[in-house]
Amino acid sequence: MASSTQTERTATRPATDNLLEVSGLEKHFPITRGAFVRRKVGAVHAVDGVDFSIRAGETLGVVGESGCGKSTTGRLVTRLLEPTGGKITFEGRDITHLSTGAMRDLRRDVQMIFQDPYSSLNPRHTVGTIVGAPLRVQKIPTPQGIKRAVQDLLELVGLNPEHYNRYPHEFSGGQRQRIGIARALALRPKLIVCDEPVSALDVSIQAQVVNLLDDLQRELNLTYMFIAHDLSVVKHISDRVAVMYLGKIVEIADRDALYATPFHPYTLALLSAVPVPDPARRDRAQRERVLLTGDVPSPIDPPSGCRFRTRCWKAQDKCAQEVPPLRELASGHRVACHFPVEEAERTPQGRMAAQQAAAEIPPDNTAEPAL
Amino acid sequence: MKGVDMATDLLADGQSASGGTARSGPQTFLDVRDLRIHFPTDDGLVKAVDGLSFSLERGRTLGIVGESGSGKSVTSLGILGLHRQSRAKVSGEVWLDGEELIAASAERVRSLRGQRMSMIFQDPLTAMHPYFSVGAQIVEAYRVHHNVSKKVARQHAIDMLGRVGIPQPAKRVDDYPHQFSGGMRQRAMIAMALVNNPELLIADEPTTALDVTVQAQILDLIRDLQEEFQSAVIMITHDLGVVAELADDILVMYGGKSVEYGAAETIFRRPEHPYAWGLLGSMPRVDREVRERLIPVKGTPPSLINLPSGCAFHPRCPYEGRNGIPCRTQVPTLAEGSDHGVACHIPPADRQRIFSEDIAPAL
Repeated sequence: MASSTQTERTATRPATDNLLEVSGLEKHFPITRGAFVRRKVGAVHAVDGVDFSIRAGETLGVVGESGCGKSTTGRLVTRLLEPTGGKITFEGRDITHLSTGAMRDLRRDVQMIFQDPYSSLNPRHTVGTIVGAPLRVQKIPTPQGIKRAVQDLLELVGLNPEHYNRYPHEFSGGQRQRIGIARALALRPKLIVCDEPVSALDVSIQAQVVNLLDDLQRELNLTYMFIAHDLSVVKHISDRVAVMYLGKIVEIADRDALYATPFHPYTLALLSAVPVPDPARRDRAQRERVLLTGDVPSPIDPPSGCRFRTRCWKAQDKCAQEVPPLRELASGHRVACHFPVEEAERTPQGRMAAQQAAAEIPPDNTAEPAL
Repeated sequence: MKGVDMATDLLADGQSASGGTARSGPQTFLDVRDLRIHFPTDDGLVKAVDGLSFSLERGRTLGIVGESGSGKSVTSLGILGLHRQSRAKVSGEVWLDGEELIAASAERVRSLRGQRMSMIFQDPLTAMHPYFSVGAQIVEAYRVHHNVSKKVARQHAIDMLGRVGIPQPAKRVDDYPHQFSGGMRQRAMIAMALVNNPELLIADEPTTALDVTVQAQILDLIRDLQEEFQSAVIMITHDLGVVAELADDILVMYGGKSVEYGAAETIFRRPEHPYAWGLLGSMPRVDREVRERLIPVKGTPPSLINLPSGCAFHPRCPYEGRNGIPCRTQVPTLAEGSDHGVACHIPPADRQRIFSEDIAPAL
């Protein structure tokens, strides 16, 4: 095992600066029936062929609605879940199916920050134990003792080092999220997967944590994969953004390009749905809003061809027959759509036409939540 | 313009209020005066709402904005009389169409609740009963206030589900809450709240648990239904984007008190309270160029048991103690009766100057 990864590492390390490369990544969760003999009756296609890469030092934002597979993708990248198919390469090394033991090395480089600061910290452990755990598990030498190392980490994330012996319930939501960040930083990782790190926090606290993540990235040269459903936060923090829909990436581009000129109809609709915090412009925003009808279809039996076609106002026969490949439409701007949004559709008139067309699509009657 | 016209208007369609307290109260549809809701606990008195006043007309929307623990949800439950009397100490006045509710009997408030005023809760999965079908729950809400047969009520429930955009309502009416998706559940919840055509609708974080595309659908729906029924709507949220979409007036709450109250345009264009500046500065925006950094409010929200002395915001306020203003000792009051009330010791001229010179350019 060790020798094979060794040769692979030297052989396949490419001359790119991509820290992480993902190709054709799949995760299907089986659905089983029967009490004694469990047979597989179907699968939830949570992630279904996802390709992307993350360059060292950048932040890749991943957005999408609940159930689109963004969190599953994050958990596959950190290998908390075993991929069904595809390939994950970290620093040129194939980590798709590494054993638990072999993963331990990797955990030093890849860490995760979780969404819910209430359930991701053990209530019976002190902050010192929680933040020091990665150091103990990995047997990292701490010349001045673990306590000192943990206190340095607490200080780094803006917590009082004297709170070393306190329990999670003594902290507010924002402070707990800082504890989670300190734990993720303990091993000085290269890549941190942030799964909705600020969505459980109040607005003023959210801004503090976003700024902290920004500062840490600059100081420690971190790479983030930032998963969130809040398009404003993702716009603020990301260098590049990937939009997911029903287990697939539908559009991926540089942040400014994606927000200014979305090519995928879904991205256009998603962006126009964000409430504009400006009462003076709300009438205009509402008139130009492309409102999707219905819900996201079930990932158990996703639509054929393009998965967005059931809610898309531009869908044609081709969309039901062929899965659109992720094509590069502009430099660094890749889109999976047969009929990408044209310039005229981004004008107010174009949007209003799209709004009417989208409103006429009958909402999907079969939409029911997963089993 | 307001006084006489409004009074006759109210009298004209206010027959249903007959039998209640005499019309000695204010002439606005909903008027909350000096509402206080305190909870005695072992650790001390939690002053969840402490002297809140506002008013609302039919067909208008009030947005109540604040962070968790600012008392916004407690306020809405207080208006509906949903606090247990043995646990909560409620004082002040709530006038609904000329009838005072705090002092009214529980029975009287119960007959109004669901009928003239109702509520949309944040999480429809916990707010609905998992054991009864969605239809049965709507039917119950209707039959409590209307003496009709089950069949008529069921038809009404189906109409209502159709109205809020549930596909095939005649079929879905017998489904259970878990068979609905999140957005559909929230629609069903709205159908339940609106089944008796309430004149006052309180929506407590109605879209917080939903995705943006569904959120846009739900906000659209609330807007349309409000136009149709001419209800007064109170929209409680922490999301400034959502209030900006719907609200005519905005009330900013902090530590159980209102710190700024005025027209939505004013609050977004010319906010004067440092906390409102902080909220705007904390918020990343999709519709603007990306700022280098967000400008958060330092510190954390206060404990309602042990509120800071004087202005509750002073430990987090960058302007605290400026030019010897008594932030730590005196509680600032919201100017009564003006269009734009701000509870802050900084003189108004200074506040406006600070906002236009220091805050606005950085937003």
